[in-house]
Amino acid sequence: MILTEEQKAILDGKKGETLAKVMETVVRYGELFGAEKLVPVTSKYNHLVTSFGLKMIGPVYDLMNELIEAGAVSKQQFSLDPRPTDPNVPANFLQNLIFNKIMYSKQDFYEGQLKQLGLMNDDAFTCTCYMDEVGNKPKKGEVLSWAESSAVVYANSVLGARCNRNSGIIDIMGSVVGYVPYFGLLTDEGRKATWVVEIKTTKKPEAQLLGSAIGMKVMEAVPYVKGLDKWLGNELDDSACTYLKDFGAATASNGAVGLYHIDGLTPEAKDEGEKLIKEGAQVYVIDDAELKRVYDSYPVIWKNPDAKPKLCFMGCPHMSLEQLKTWTDRVENGLKKTGNKKVVIPTVFTAAPAVIKEFEKTPYAARLKATGVIVSYICPLMYMNNPLCGKMPVITSSNKLRTYTTARYYTDDEILAQITGGKK
Amino acid sequence: MKQFKGRVVAPGEVKAEALVSHGGLNTLASFQKALQFGDKNATCGDQNNKDLYNKQMAGKALCLPQTIGSTTGGLVIYCACSMGRQPACMLFSQPIDSLAGAGVILADIWLKGDHTKMPVIDSLGEDFLNYVKDGMTITIKKDGVVEVA
Repeated sequence: MILTEEQKAILDGKKGETLAKVMETVVRYGELFGAEKLVPVTSKYNHLVTSFGLKMIGPVYDLMNELIEAGAVSKQQFSLDPRPTDPNVPANFLQNLIFNKIMYSKQDFYEGQLKQLGLMNDDAFTCTCYMDEVGNKPKKGEVLSWAESSAVVYANSVLGARCNRNSGIIDIMGSVVGYVPYFGLLTDEGRKATWVVEIKTTKKPEAQLLGSAIGMKVMEAVPYVKGLDKWLGNELDDSACTYLKDFGAATASNGAVGLYHIDGLTPEAKDEGEKLIKEGAQVYVIDDAELKRVYDSYPVIWKNPDAKPKLCFMGCPHMSLEQLKTWTDRVENGLKKTGNKKVVIPTVFTAAPAVIKEFEKTPYAARLKATGVIVSYICPLMYMNNPLCGKMPVITSSNKLRTYTTARYYTDDEILAQITGGKK
Repeated sequence: MKQFKGRVVAPGEVKAEALVSHGGLNTLASFQKALQFGDKNATCGDQNNKDLYNKQMAGKALCLPQTIGSTTGGLVIYCACSMGRQPACMLFSQPIDSLAGAGVILADIWLKGDHTKMPVIDSLGEDFLNYVKDGMTITIKKDGVVEVA
């Protein structure tokens, strides 16, 4: 890799041993993927994936301490993924004991470290940091050192920023040193599509199901999706952005997609169109039958597949303000139809703390509360990542949550029917 | 006995028993229970991985295509190495992915002591993963040569 004089000086230890190790990490990480140079991180804020004070990641706290003690902290402030616990979310005695005394017993200690490392504010815990209410929304062309697969794919695809699918810890290393290796999704060539996906469904495809199908087919490749603008329109309004948030999270978790282009809608596809498609790109046609095939392929790993659901999670990734409002209407209308006053399955909608604050200023908040739905800032994935939840029948319309936990996936309409007592 | 040649990601020579995952290794799902609840054998906790579920990963020559899943994957590998619960080596049939690559480099640079080391070779090819079976003896030699017997 060719380094500038300043970068070489850091690597040689002129600014201290710890910063030299940070630079060595970034350089070796880049060399592994053929990067020939480092480029400056240009976004205002960073975003980290490691938000949880899990007792098991003690070595990470030691590393963070080394950075803090050496003064090797970033000039950028950062947001990071959601907190792993929230007392508002239903949990039994044993779960609370395991969450608070065993699994996440380091949460307060770690949040203390985060403040020293540059945490934006106490509300900056969300996987959807790019929401206007949160304020970490990079501009087109900006270079990021983010982790969190759903945020990275959104920033790349919907905002046109440039970021690789970084791992936790690498995210902070790039920000501390101020540079990231130039490879993959940072390059024009790496942003070209090697798959063309043709949408030929008879109705608007479910975002989380379509994303899952594409992710499982193309894995880490860049897909160029045609025919979706028919359903989403040609403007990135709240509704389209919300759809793409959920779609992208599914492509990134069911596969390893870091960037997609939507013909006629996302910024680079609007600017360059089909010039973004590489010669010899493979084609994947998605019709109603293909979506059904994908849906039917999901394994049910509950111990009793016929168990009555004990909990429903919506909002992985966190819901937008628009989604919270839309779902308030949907739940109310569903309950009217079934004659029930409240949801019949304990249901949690998750959103960024700053989005929840805005939602609470609207009349929708009291209406949603009246339906029995709980609104929380929790990370459903962290809630479920323990042996007790493995046995718990949880339903969700998040394909990311389905992939990483034992939660069972249903479409939005099916979830609505279940929580309002319409049908199973 | 057959030899395969790959690229050295983290150097080292080692001899260990093979443990093979034909699908991607979900790093967080596989190691979480082991790291959280003190299982020194690092028994694989990923129910979706039929090849590895409930098998001991610590000290084995873990053969796999790539890792998948959460972007915490790199730090999970880092923590496993720090606690001495890592595989004896990791052998990738494909070029290493960015998450595993990060974890391996972080461990190599930031951790001290022999108990934290984990040689890693990638780009060993499809044939490698088709040939190697659980229980075979893996020997990593110099320059990315892997011997399977």
